Amino acid sequence: METTIVEIEHLNKSFGNNHVLRDINLKIEKGENLVVFGKSGSGKSVLIKCLVDLIEPDEGKVVLFGKTMSDLNDDELNALRKKVGFLFQSAALYDSMTVRENLEFPLRDLKTKAKEEIEALVFEVLKSVGLEDAIDKMPSELSGGMRKRVGLARTLILKPELILYDEPTTGLDPITSKEISKLILDVQSKYHTASIIITHDVECARITSNRMIIIKDGICYAEGTFKELSESKDEWVRSFFK
Amino acid sequence: MSTDLKTASAKPLEKVIEHIENRYIKNIKSFFEEVTLLTRLILRFFKTAVKPPFEFAELIKQAYLIGYKSFPLVAITGFIMGLVLTIQSRPTLADFGAESWLPAMVAVSIIREIGPVITALIFAGKVGSGIGAELASMKVTEQIDAMEVSGMNPFKYLVVTRIAAATFMLPILVIAADAISLYGAYIGVNLKGDVSFHLFFLQVFGKLTFSDVFPAFIKTIFFGFAVGSIGCYKGYNASKGTEGVGEAANAAVVFASLAVFVLDMIAVQLTSLFDS
Ligand SMILES: Nc1ncnc2c1ncn2[C@@H]1O[C@H](COP(=O)(O)OP(=O)(O)OP(=O)(O)O)[C@@H](O)[C@H]1O
Ligand SMILES: [Mg+2]
Repeated sequence: METTIVEIEHLNKSFGNNHVLRDINLKIEKGENLVVFGKSGSGKSVLIKCLVDLIEPDEGKVVLFGKTMSDLNDDELNALRKKVGFLFQSAALYDSMTVRENLEFPLRDLKTKAKEEIEALVFEVLKSVGLEDAIDKMPSELSGGMRKRVGLARTLILKPELILYDEPTTGLDPITSKEISKLILDVQSKYHTASIIITHDVECARITSNRMIIIKDGICYAEGTFKELSESKDEWVRSFFK
Repeated sequence: MSTDLKTASAKPLEKVIEHIENRYIKNIKSFFEEVTLLTRLILRFFKTAVKPPFEFAELIKQAYLIGYKSFPLVAITGFIMGLVLTIQSRPTLADFGAESWLPAMVAVSIIREIGPVITALIFAGKVGSGIGAELASMKVTEQIDAMEVSGMNPFKYLVVTRIAAATFMLPILVIAADAISLYGAYIGVNLKGDVSFHLFFLQVFGKLTFSDVFPAFIKTIFFGFAVGSIGCYKGYNASKGTEGVGEAANAAVVFASLAVFVLDMIAVQLTSLFDS
């Protein structure tokens, strides 16, 4: 049985003269949470966008679920993307739709699902992020943290096998942050998903990570468990955990 | 020494060439690049539009937003257009003693030219900029990316529905504007003089022929398509950042209006070709 969900080899990406990713090599197994640290602008968001082909890599190979991304045609790519959840740093809620419609949107292709079933699913994920009351609100009526949580709910609704979280706890208070971190852990154990979690939140990393990497100058500068890295001999690596 | 002279004389020429390149060639180049990209979007529209599943619900919603919501504006302009045109034309016709031709002449100008073009320009201003700004802001705030990663086809959902809605709705709006405009003309005629509603329309439809109505209708389909596709093109390809949204909206109006005039010119040439 195939257990490697993500495999990245020699990933390279630059924007003009800005060489963001130089040589990223990464493997993620089924059911594993990988936390990514790195300074602002180090290319963390670019990395996960390359993973789902939102940004086309200059060089290197991305293999998801055993399929090489660059070999897929549009239909295959869309089918593959349905197995991946993506939480945008900006939440990226659809402005013109209510929270309910936002959540239903990823499900609209699944005609097999009954109306009540979808309704129940929407309630379930909203409840898990603690926002049942906001179901009929427009995104513009929500606070930044609430938007983030709706974005998270929308990511979870398809029960993806791989979830890419771009700063899931940024802009949230410590209590909600902790709840979200626990939710990520819950999702992992319940559905056995693999995840990449980009964060600056040490607490979130401590709770959710099985393994961590730190990106610097476009490469994986350090790799290890939370404990290993937080006790690293490298001053720079340790400075992330203060 | 001699090389010095050479470079000295080469410099101004170089500068001139450089100036020409920066000022004109680059503009021409970017113009053709834009046309290429727009053509590509249009081809992609046809390719995507014929492939099921279709987004009927969204199409209806867009038709409502694009068509129905533009109706009041189009109606008011249409009415004023008919009224003003009639009032302005009367003295000239009176000079020739041809006042009785007023309804027919106004009707022909409205149906053939003024109705379609003015309505299309208003449509470009309202709908073209709306589409441009909306899609651009969706692009900038990563909403289009979000649709893409959820395995949807945002091009089909956002672009195809909007272009189709614009293409269907503008001809209908133009017909409505023409009708209201003729009513405006009827009132204009009756400001000085007394022509019954019945007589007015008898005169109008006595003069109008198939070759007045049909080509005018066909060209509005193209106007609608142009406004929709240029709005979508500008919005969907907006540059990042908030200023990208304003730029997209602005450029959409400018290019859509220009396209309306260019298409109208082509249409007039073609019809006169068939008329003769
Ligand atoms: N679409 C793009 N076009 C040009 N440059 C880009 C683009 N996206 C990202 N960049 C550049 O790539 C670099 C990395 O950006 P990225 O968003 O991945 O940073 P990040 O590590 O996620 O930072 P943060 O923690 O602040 O979110 C930045 O220098 C940015 O300017
Ligand atoms: Mg980022």
